[in-house]
Order: sequence, then C-alpha cells, then structure tokens
Amino acid sequence: MSRSVLLRGGRVIDPSQSMNDVADVLVVDGKVEAIGTRVSNETSGREGLETIDCTELIVSPGFIDVHCHLREPGREEVETIASGARAAAAGGFTAVCAMPNTDPVTDNQAAVGFILAQSARANAARVYPIGAISVGQRGEALAEFGELVAAGAVAVSDDGRPVASAHLMRTALEYARTFDIPVADHCEEPTLAKGGAMNEGLVSARLGLKGIPAEAEEIMAIRDILLARLTGGHIHLCHMSTRGSVELIRWGKERGINVTAEVCPHHISLTEDAVEGYDTNAKMNPPLRTADDVAALQEAVRDGTIDLIATDHAPHHYDEKEREFADAPNGIIGLETALAVNISWLVAPGIIDLPLLVERMSCAPARVFGLAGGTLRRGSPADVTVFDPDTEWVVDAAQFESKGRNTPYAGRTLQGRAHVTLVGGRIVYRSEG
Amino acid sequence: MTHPLGKDLLGLEPLTGEQIRLILDTAEPFKEISERAIKKVPTLRGATIVNLFFEASTRTRVSFEFAEKRLSADTVNVAASGSSVSKGETLVDTARNLEAMRIDMVVIRHGASGAARFLAERIESNVINAGDGTHEHPTQGLLDLLTLRDHFGRIDGLKVCIVGDVLHSRVARSNIWGLTKMGAQVAVCGPRSLLPNAIDELGVTVFNRVEDAIEWADALNILRLQLERMTAGYIPSLREYNRVFGVSRERLERAPRDVLILHPGPMNRGVEIDSDVADGPFSVILNQVTNGVAVRMAVLYLLSGGKPELAEAAKRGGGDR
Repeated sequence: MSRSVLLRGGRVIDPSQSMNDVADVLVVDGKVEAIGTRVSNETSGREGLETIDCTELIVSPGFIDVHCHLREPGREEVETIASGARAAAAGGFTAVCAMPNTDPVTDNQAAVGFILAQSARANAARVYPIGAISVGQRGEALAEFGELVAAGAVAVSDDGRPVASAHLMRTALEYARTFDIPVADHCEEPTLAKGGAMNEGLVSARLGLKGIPAEAEEIMAIRDILLARLTGGHIHLCHMSTRGSVELIRWGKERGINVTAEVCPHHISLTEDAVEGYDTNAKMNPPLRTADDVAALQEAVRDGTIDLIATDHAPHHYDEKEREFADAPNGIIGLETALAVNISWLVAPGIIDLPLLVERMSCAPARVFGLAGGTLRRGSPADVTVFDPDTEWVVDAAQFESKGRNTPYAGRTLQGRAHVTLVGGRIVYRSEG
Repeated sequence: MTHPLGKDLLGLEPLTGEQIRLILDTAEPFKEISERAIKKVPTLRGATIVNLFFEASTRTRVSFEFAEKRLSADTVNVAASGSSVSKGETLVDTARNLEAMRIDMVVIRHGASGAARFLAERIESNVINAGDGTHEHPTQGLLDLLTLRDHFGRIDGLKVCIVGDVLHSRVARSNIWGLTKMGAQVAVCGPRSLLPNAIDELGVTVFNRVEDAIEWADALNILRLQLERMTAGYIPSLREYNRVFGVSRERLERAPRDVLILHPGPMNRGVEIDSDVADGPFSVILNQVTNGVAVRMAVLYLLSGGKPELAEAAKRGGGDR
C-alpha cells in the first residue's frame, strides 16, 4: 500500500509553474502526484490517505536555506545536525545547506559523508553539506572539490574565514566550473574589518565599539564579482548587508557576470540601533547596518538583485553570548524566525507579495545551488511547506527546536508561521496550534 | 525617595544637565573635607564598596579609594590580575560572587566597552563606571567639568576643544556629553585617523589643525596618546605627532586669549603636551586630580541614597543618607 497525503483546500503558491490558486495537493510515495481542485473528490475514501486541512493556509514548495551553521561535528552542545534539521523543519524549511566551519572542517569526502549520514538519521529537513574552499579553511591550498562533490557537497565556501587571497579565489572559481557548483564567499576585507564588533557609524562612535565599515564588505564583493567576470565561475555572495553591495551586484548582473547573492532576514529587518545597550544578540558578522541599507536590501529582494534569502543560522551557547560585547561571538539563530521576519518586514508592508517570497525562499535557492526542490510540479519530490501568513505569535526562544537561544527577536510579535513541513512526502513537522 | 541619579552611574550620555549640575553642586561641600587634618566623615559608614579593576589604573583607583575612605566606607580592591578572572572566570560570575558577599557598590574599570552596564544589569548593587573600554569615563568627565567651572565660574558658553586620540578615548566621550549638556561649545582636534568617522554627527566642531583649535578655544583638554597607536598604524611617529598636534608654549602664545590646559593623565611629556605647558601658568592638571576626589565622593554619596540638600550636613558629620 502506498503512503499518501492530501493537502486539502489551501492556496497553492508555486512560482515555478506560476500557480497561485486554491487547490488540493496529493502526495503519493514521496512525490507530488496531483494538484487541482477536484483531487479531493477523486481520492475520497482512498485507503491509507492522510488528509490535512489547509483551508486559509498557503501550500508552497518547501523553503531552502543555503546558509546555516549546524555545529556538528565539534560543538554538539550548541547544535547538532539533528537539532538543526528539526529547527529547520519547524521553520518551514525542507532543506538546508550546512557551512563547513565545523571541527573538523568539512574539507574532505569523509566529513561530507558524516553530515549526510547524520542527516539521514535525523529524519527532518534535508541537510546538504557545503565543502570548504581551502584545506582547513586556512586560505592556502584548495580542497578537493571533486571528492567533495562526489561525496555530496553542493557548493564550496570558507564562510567565516573569508578568502583573503584574490589568487585563491580566482583559482577556486575556475576550478569549481568543472563541477558546476557555486563558490560562496563571506565578503570581508580582513584588515579593514579587524577587531570590529558592529557597523561603523554614529552608534559605534557613541558606544565606543570598533566599527566595521560598509566598505570592508563592498571591496570584497566587487573583487569577487570581477573575479567571476575573469573566470566565468559562479560567485555566490553570502549575507549582503549594505546599499553599496547591492549597487555592485546590480552592476555585475547588468554585465551578465555570473553573480548571485543572498540576504539574511536580520539585515532586512533590524538596524545598528539594535546594538544599543550592548545586546550581544544583535552582534553578527556582517553587522546590522543602517536604515538606508535595510531599505536598499528590501528593494533588492523585490527587484531580484538579491536572488534569495538565507538565514546564516548561527547558534551559540548561552554563556558565550552572556559577556562583554566585544568578546561575544558573532551570529544569531534564524531557522525558526526567518519566515515570520520575512513576512513581517517584506510582505506585510507590501514590499513583496507571497509568491515572490516563495520564489526567494524556495525556488531561487534550489535554482542557484542546483538542488532538488523549489517546485511542486507533478513527479517532483514532495518537499512542501504549509504556512499561515497571517497568524501572529510572540517569539519565545525557549520553545525552539534549535539548541540556540540567541535571537534578537525574543519577545517580539511576528507575523506568519509554518504549520506543516513535508520532506519527501513525510510529515517532519506539524505545529501544535 | 527616588535616587536622583538612578541606581548606577554608567556614563554622562544618559544624564540630564540637571543631574550633572547636581553632582557638581554636591561635590562643592565635599571639597573641603580633603583640606582638613582629619579627612573623614561618617557618611557611608557601614557601606561596603568593591573597586573592581580589570585594567591597570593608579590615579582613578586611588582617587576612588580616597573618596570612599573619606566617607568611611569599607572598601576592597580587586585587581583582575590577582583574582579568579585570570583563571578564566566570566565577568558575570565574578560580579555575582562579589554580590553574594553582600556588597553595596561596585566601582568597575574594564577594557570592554559596555562592561559597566553589563554588570549593572545583572547585580543589585550600585555600579559606578570608572572607565569601560573606549566608551565612557563619567567621573573623569565630571571632574573636568568641575575644574572648568571652578576656573571660569560657568560652563555654559565655554569653548572647549578636546585634542588627540578621540577615537579610542572614553574621556573624550564623557567630556563631549557632559560639556554639551552643560551648554558648552565642544570641538575636537586630532589626526583624522584618530577621530571617529561619524564625529560630525555627534554635534561637535572638528579642527584638523591644532593652531586653529587653540585660536578658537577657551580651554583645551589634551588626551594621552597611547604608544600602541603608532604600532597599529594610526600615526607615523610620536615625533611627528608632537610636531603637528603637540600643545607647545609657542603655539599657545599665539592664541588671542589665555587658554586653560586640562589633561586627564597620565601625561606623555613631549608628545601630546610639552612640559612647559603642563607645568605652566594655565595648567589646571593637578586641580583636576584634587577635584576628582570630591566629585567621586559626591557620586558615591548620591548613589548611596544621600539627599543632595543634606550634603552640607553630611560634611559636618551628620550621617543621614
């Protein structure tokens, strides 16, 4: 007997087939079997069918996060692949890409295999490994991209240890072409950003914290774009945070350079003002910028200069954040707030509509990183997110599936929440409400 | 009663001009105590104060300690190098352990901006910021204000220029807030590499040339130049710094009026300030040090719940707080 799920009566938003209608979605054997208004009648009474009422809810291709930190191996007390994959599912994500800055670094095929094995065991959102660009993320010798990709890596990045050497980045972009994978870069000019704890500006001057100028990001963004032009490689710019970066990406795209870019929910919602009071949950890298940057990034999500939204989910132990601002680690968790932050700051104010949100959170990530998913076409894997775009809820990090509690949204009322998450037709998350 | 300053003194930015004036006025009667043969009043008798210094400091620590002792408080000095901090204890654990010993106040000096506030939000005791990173050093700002007021009889309308490494200076920030709130005109002068990029947005005038600053100012507050600014590449050399930004007698003599000279110490003679200026007729550098004790007594008194109008009585030995 085949396992089947009927998602009945929801509004199906699937930009991959320009769909935005009330319809039923039938999932059989892990695949989308049918979408339509009469599916429900045709399947009534079918044996072994689980029906989920999706009235008033949105049914969309599952969200994909191309940038998260799951800490395993090495820091399992902070997050594991299992807890991260459950957090992802609870946030409506059906797949996430795990950055390689673990201990040991994901710079070899065994490390990639370990992540995939843990992911299979977790039985929640899919976890795709991102391999390191350089051995040990040391910025010296190229890692074996071929081995990494053969084992299951979907991209390469040295993420938190940005590639300082232009030569290494050039080589990586060239070499990655054979395997048709993006090279994802955390754009940060290390000598300009050195010792910085927040955005450089009036707030940093007042608080006496060393600032990171926008130019530290923009210099590397344009370097990477120019190297993509030189090499024809695919550069993916991580967590863009400034108006200047948006303008540079726009410049690159207008010239047909193979550049894609992501933005994080916190950079389209919060400003440097959140650091007031030395709140270490407002400390991340790149830092929160100004209202003008936020406006530019929101517009870039709308017009497509920014291809997709990714979380940069970065759990830290409570004790690590409970300290002096300059000494606290960078990063916040994001998997379980991303949808609500995006709805609250992009959809609710009318900057983008729900189909474009689904495009930026599901279709584009699948396309840019060459992943399965991002569509509900007949026959595709049934990675599906069912969410309520209107419900309001108060963020209580203690309720999160993630082990991390480091969120600047704690106590805030946000709009929109995942209700059911299906991965390969299996229900991996269902809200209690 | 509600405390006139709140629970803590973390900086001058959060204070109103009225609160700053209150502290300065309260310091006036306390000045006299230090001039007596027996420099002690019972005002804070029974209060326990911890001086928690995570950074080396002589002047500020000794000044606080004298202020505390002259008010009869019981004081303990904790230096970071000699404490469990060097064993890796976190700031919050250090604080909680101290508080578990039932203390009343903590005076904290720390290398991280925001450390005083971090502590204040986590313990019940009053917290006084004795310098946090490059953020604020409020009692230094207050003693500078008191010294200016002593000399000019007012702060309102004074033109004060802060000269030197404003970027890394907590003294500069406290001075900018304190002076601005008290109605002074504030300028800064230094190499642009040692001024915050957003300095104009703080509402101060910027002079690129020290000659222009001297021509404009009623008083100069000259900041210490740390040697490590040179090794970190902010300036080429101390010699050139002195040549371009050093306050010398020759430069002062060209000023249209007498310019009062303040310096928070410790001085680098021959770098930011020449000896004949430091020791010259317009230097009030040692008056600043004297006023430091009175200002800190006033802050301790007010935070401990002392009534401003009773400061005069406290001076005479009335212990009411």
